[in-house]
Amino acid sequence: MTGRDELADDLAGDLADDLLALLLRIGDDHLILGHRLSEWCGHAPMLEEDLALPNMALDLIGTARMCYGYAAEIEGGGRGEDDYAFLRDGTDFRHMLMVERPNGDFAHTMLRQFLFAAWMHPLWDGLTGAPDARLADHAGKAVKEMAYHIRHSGEWVIRLGDGTAESARRMRAALDDLGPYIGEMFESDDTAARLVAAGLLPDPAAVRVAFDSTVARTFTMAQLPPLEISTGISGGRAGRHGEALGHLLAEMQFMQRAYPGLTW
Amino acid sequence: MSDDSGTLMPQDMMPLWEVFIRPRTGLAHSHVGSVHASDEVMAVQAARDVYTRRGEGVSIWVVPSASITASDPDQRDENFEPTASKIYRHPSFYDIPDDVGHM
Repeated sequence: MTGRDELADDLAGDLADDLLALLLRIGDDHLILGHRLSEWCGHAPMLEEDLALPNMALDLIGTARMCYGYAAEIEGGGRGEDDYAFLRDGTDFRHMLMVERPNGDFAHTMLRQFLFAAWMHPLWDGLTGAPDARLADHAGKAVKEMAYHIRHSGEWVIRLGDGTAESARRMRAALDDLGPYIGEMFESDDTAARLVAAGLLPDPAAVRVAFDSTVARTFTMAQLPPLEISTGISGGRAGRHGEALGHLLAEMQFMQRAYPGLTW
Repeated sequence: MSDDSGTLMPQDMMPLWEVFIRPRTGLAHSHVGSVHASDEVMAVQAARDVYTRRGEGVSIWVVPSASITASDPDQRDENFEPTASKIYRHPSFYDIPDDVGHM
């Protein structure tokens, strides 16, 4: 077990706090989006997708578990994975707002998944060589998972965007709805800047170039207009969330709130 | 999923594909089941998501079910019964030297 004191040998001063902040940002992004995807279980438009969506959800929740487990060790306060997932209130969550948005229709869910994976793939790719064994090790696994999410959701974006009049209308509507939430992916702050300097986050410009390239290739085939990212709705990294999160947490945290300490 | 008229997706938009998985290198692809998908790319993805969740394979083949030509069940007797009386075709009538080891 790596405690804060031990980590401090490797990570000077505030960097342990920054790493903790990073793990909660990434962990919360993955937990909340993973929960949203899991809501499709039993409701997907076809059996094949009823398995594909939970498959992707489990990839995301696996990453959240790694983040929370590592965060708990850095924090050293006796908290565990479940405490982070099930016993924090909405204002303590640090995910970006896009991932908490309700699923909408299948087109909306697939576009959101595509955008998220197109962003996370270069981020993990950049972390495979990070000077932190835990992060680098997980990045090697996650980069493959994100490559599949891009492929799976991207093929759907193409087929719905360039499909029937109805599917194209729905994909355009999804883009209109999600557009304002994309800018939050590329926001930076002092924490992020220090992590980049320490090699614990890849260069944001490089991540953006990879994201733009993935999106442009798929959007062209999907007959979607070029993506223009503006500074839109944000606040998730500071714990300012929308009403949707309250409903999500009420369902996701119910068991631990009603039966504290319950285990499988 | 709807088409232009708002009805449920018709079967011809999501045809059936037969799925074959190679469990590991060196073994043959074996039939494991089928999936619905709009085209071959989506069929491979669907096969991956439905049939390889527990590490079942290292390679996937998909084939349009409509492309499979099957033997006629009505011809089963004439196809397969004549072999029942030809047990000498089984390679079990000679001894394999111990030195050969596992074959």
